[in-house]
Amino acid sequence: MTLINISSPHVASDGDAGSMMRLVLLATLPGLLMLTYWFGWGSLINIIWAVLLALVFETLSLLLRGRPVGFYLKDYSAVLTGVLLGLALPPLAPWWVTLVGVGFAIIIAKHFFGGLGHNPFNPAMVGYVVLLISFPVEMTSWVAPRDLVDGQPALLSFSESFFQIFPVLTQPLVDGYTMATALDLFKQHQGDLIHQSVGVRAAFGYFGAAGWEWVNLGYLVGGLFLLYRRVFTWHAPLGMLGALLLLSLIFHGLLNIDSIGSPLFHWFSGATMLGAFFIITDPVTSATSLKGRLLYGIAIGSLIFVIRSWGNYPDAVAFSVLLMNFAAPFLDYYTQPRSFGQAAIYARKEKD
Amino acid sequence: MATDSYRDLAANGLWNNNPVLVQGLGLCPLLAVTGSVVNALGLGLATTAVLTGSNIAISLARQQIPDAIRLPIFVIIIASFTSCIELLMNAYTFELYEILGLFIPLIVTNCVILGRADVCASRVRVFAAAFDGLMMGLGFTLVLVLLGSIRELLGTGALFNNMQLLLWPETANWTLRLVENYNGFLFAILPPGAFLVTGLLIAGKNLVTRYHEKRSVIRTESFE
Repeated sequence: MTLINISSPHVASDGDAGSMMRLVLLATLPGLLMLTYWFGWGSLINIIWAVLLALVFETLSLLLRGRPVGFYLKDYSAVLTGVLLGLALPPLAPWWVTLVGVGFAIIIAKHFFGGLGHNPFNPAMVGYVVLLISFPVEMTSWVAPRDLVDGQPALLSFSESFFQIFPVLTQPLVDGYTMATALDLFKQHQGDLIHQSVGVRAAFGYFGAAGWEWVNLGYLVGGLFLLYRRVFTWHAPLGMLGALLLLSLIFHGLLNIDSIGSPLFHWFSGATMLGAFFIITDPVTSATSLKGRLLYGIAIGSLIFVIRSWGNYPDAVAFSVLLMNFAAPFLDYYTQPRSFGQAAIYARKEKD
Repeated sequence: MATDSYRDLAANGLWNNNPVLVQGLGLCPLLAVTGSVVNALGLGLATTAVLTGSNIAISLARQQIPDAIRLPIFVIIIASFTSCIELLMNAYTFELYEILGLFIPLIVTNCVILGRADVCASRVRVFAAAFDGLMMGLGFTLVLVLLGSIRELLGTGALFNNMQLLLWPETANWTLRLVENYNGFLFAILPPGAFLVTGLLIAGKNLVTRYHEKRSVIRTESFE
């Protein structure tokens, strides 16, 4: 009888990459519902278009690389990349913006590096950053949330949104429904005190940015569901949200700098919750050790706060995530967990 | 020297041992100034001129240069040629000189030039050295212009903008607007676009080389 050497873990879970990705897709639903409610059908159309493109690019890349297409399409990672990018894009982004973004994400950020599991950078965020620096106008034209401005026409209907994104036969109808988001306002009115802005300017909602607070709540609900299903551990999201909370408490509460948003504002505007639960928890591009994940989250939260408060861009989730993707291997290197019965690595090295 | 070796020198400079695609030298100006064809061509020609000149001078003086301090001497010779080119550009192509700015004096630090001085010019006779400098410079210029045209096309939808900065005034009409109402793809003109397109060019070069190797293997096999 031969004993087969199998390394631990010996108890296999019944989950695979595909079922994990499907759970994450399911968890984006509350956020997507809120986006659709507050900003119209655009996000939904964008997501469908992005997923279609992602599947086409994934198939093409796999064929070119000579890999089995069906097997890799079934892991849903391309679908997830498409959905995440679609969620991050402004609702009425023209079709070619999505095309360029998804193409970059799938072909260059993912398959150039060797496909799922080998990509050092989060594909959706690479696509987003390429779009943001290439097409600043299209990427910052956010639709005004529903019922925000008196006398503003209602949100575009489904077909209107469709023709806004795909101007076939017709010219794009209008682009007059966009307005600056709350984070934009913060950037443009740095000198103002926050109580001059909040309440006076319509872009601010009950506790975060108008409309955005509900979208972020949606992502938070989805994220907590994923946490409950143990798709990821609490370390990275807690680190990121904690760092944001602490820094905004210090600067807004303690030092009373009024032009920096309150903790609630930072939590519930922009892409905070989408980032905290759907982007930085990506198992491929984040740190893998638990301590490493915590540090990774803290660093991303701090970077977001710094760029939002003193940087050039209104929001910073994508930039912070990409910067920390660089650092993830180092974090892992310095936070290797101690295996049972072994002395800590540094103590052992010093002895030698 | 036989004609064969001149052919080798040309093949090496332009393709087999291309300074950018194979040796990976001179990447700093390559990445920095290739936002448009005119910038790329300007810096490429300036580098070629310096390279050819310094190769000739070093080859002529190669018996007198002591081996131990050859590098400082090479750098001084290269720096004098760079200064000449800089003054010439200042005089005749002032606007381009302003655009390229720091990257003209930085030709001194271009590894391609110092590399050729040490590997080639200080060992061979003057005609071979001059020809090698010219070919290496042209290989460098070619990649620069190719990169510049890809980035300019992707970034602005047009080719050969502002050629009058380098050439005669009528070349202002050379601008080819290939795509109407192009939105502009800033990424291609910004530094990350340079890295990406350079990587793609190197990959393309390797692909062609590998294809030819495969074909030559098949050919020799079929002869046997």
